[in-house]
Amino acid sequence: MKKTIVPLGPFHPLLEEAEYFKLIVEGEKVVDIDMRVGYMHRGIEELSTQKTWDQSTFVVERICGICSTSHPMAYVLAVEDLCGCEVPDRAKYIRSIICELERIHSHLLWVGLAGHFIGYDTVFMWGWKYREPVLDICEKLTGNRNHYAMMKPGGVRRDLNNDDFAWVHKEMDKVIKSTEMLVGAVLDDPVLHARTKGIGVLSKKDAIGYGTLGPTVRASGIPDDIRTDDPYNAYDRVDWKVITWEGGDVFAKAAVRLLEIIESAKIVKQCMDDMPDGPIDANIKNMPPGEGIGHAEAPRGEVFHYVRGDGGNSAVRHKVRAPSFMNIPSFKATCVGHTISDVALITAAVDPCYCCTERMAVVERATDKLVMSGRELEECSRKATENLKKEYGSPTKVEKTVQKILSDF
Amino acid sequence: MSLTRWALKKSPWVYHVALSPCNNCDIEILDLLTPRFDVERFGIKLVGSPRHADALLVSGSVNRHVLPRFIELYKQTAKPCVVFGIGSCALSMTMFRDSYNTVGPLDKVVKEIDPNAIIAYVPGCPPKPEAMILGVVKALQTL
Repeated sequence: MKKTIVPLGPFHPLLEEAEYFKLIVEGEKVVDIDMRVGYMHRGIEELSTQKTWDQSTFVVERICGICSTSHPMAYVLAVEDLCGCEVPDRAKYIRSIICELERIHSHLLWVGLAGHFIGYDTVFMWGWKYREPVLDICEKLTGNRNHYAMMKPGGVRRDLNNDDFAWVHKEMDKVIKSTEMLVGAVLDDPVLHARTKGIGVLSKKDAIGYGTLGPTVRASGIPDDIRTDDPYNAYDRVDWKVITWEGGDVFAKAAVRLLEIIESAKIVKQCMDDMPDGPIDANIKNMPPGEGIGHAEAPRGEVFHYVRGDGGNSAVRHKVRAPSFMNIPSFKATCVGHTISDVALITAAVDPCYCCTERMAVVERATDKLVMSGRELEECSRKATENLKKEYGSPTKVEKTVQKILSDF
Repeated sequence: MSLTRWALKKSPWVYHVALSPCNNCDIEILDLLTPRFDVERFGIKLVGSPRHADALLVSGSVNRHVLPRFIELYKQTAKPCVVFGIGSCALSMTMFRDSYNTVGPLDKVVKEIDPNAIIAYVPGCPPKPEAMILGVVKALQTL
């Protein structure tokens, strides 16, 4: 059969960094995939060496808007490793709370986008609606909806007010309740089962081979989590468990993320209950020459930072490795053999922030002629869900839940 | 007021352009469409092609890699159009000023392509969705 190339990206207007995927297809089946990253290069590592140790936390915060606490978290751990200082207990608990709030809103965002991709815009609106209260909590505790600027080498930048915790407890209960509703509606829906189960399977061997991280590897049944493997913050002092799921398909990845939201909410609640009093900053006075490493569990996987100092006011070398860098190459294992309508979902499943399909186009390799626009490709994905809906009969579980909410309202 | 400008004021359709941002402004732009803010009730709609757009929502400082793509994209947009610089990066490049890979703030780039371009800014890192709605309303009032 004639081979055709489907370029995805690099510019997708909805959100997130631009990546470029080249799908080589035979008919509707993907036989090979090639990818280019690096469109959003801003030279952060080099910029960081121009700033002081303290200023660099703000630079690394702007590596990614959704992981805006994980990057500073790993960076301050690296700096603390370099200067060998001990962080006060209260700062550790505050750090855990902010990191987990970020994980909750990031996972809810992903659930919404995944729903949008398969044509379930209801899930998109739900995910983002229930994400708003989390952002409200972040705004109340830190002063901003995103980019919290809480991390600082040696502690945290500002203290939390213990009087706010009662309100946060109440809001977290609401988040847990709405997530449980989402879990019930999304994970039991027969159409979503048919659309996600057995799609984009990442086997245990491939998950280890490609070095995938975070929910991507946990969905393949491997309990890999920096929060338990090398505990930082207060994660070893609270009761929670690492969520894993067997299968490695899109469904498993969705399940891991949804269940992690509930675990994260539990961590936040326990941290607020156990919050000790005391100082929040170790007041680092001087930086010795040397090297330091730090790693933290971002919503997408392990973030790794390395710094080297010469005793001066700024880092001489700063190296960052983000989780998507490891997760994106696994598309080579997951996308091959599936139809084009599934590829958008599979690439979205590792949460590389791939979101827009409008920039996709199908091009005949021989003539470079445009055969199919991105819009039509998205339609293709939506149609597959529509057909399944017809097959399984209406109303589906999601629709039933909508009707129930409307009748309660 | 010309007919095209009058038409621009009603139900502006926007296209979102990410010129090496940190994704935060982009998420807040998407947030506008979701139940809390729901700008579609004002007729503001995110469209998938610059050819359908009345306004471009640009986030991030412009880097070398995306500059040629942005020029192409601006030329495709139906004129007159309003260019919104969302966030502090588009406004003043903030901490990316010294980076080797950025080419300039948004207004400099846009004015080079089209000297008569209408540019509006919404500062903030990231700007709150309410601020974005206010920015769009204020910019349209000046037309």
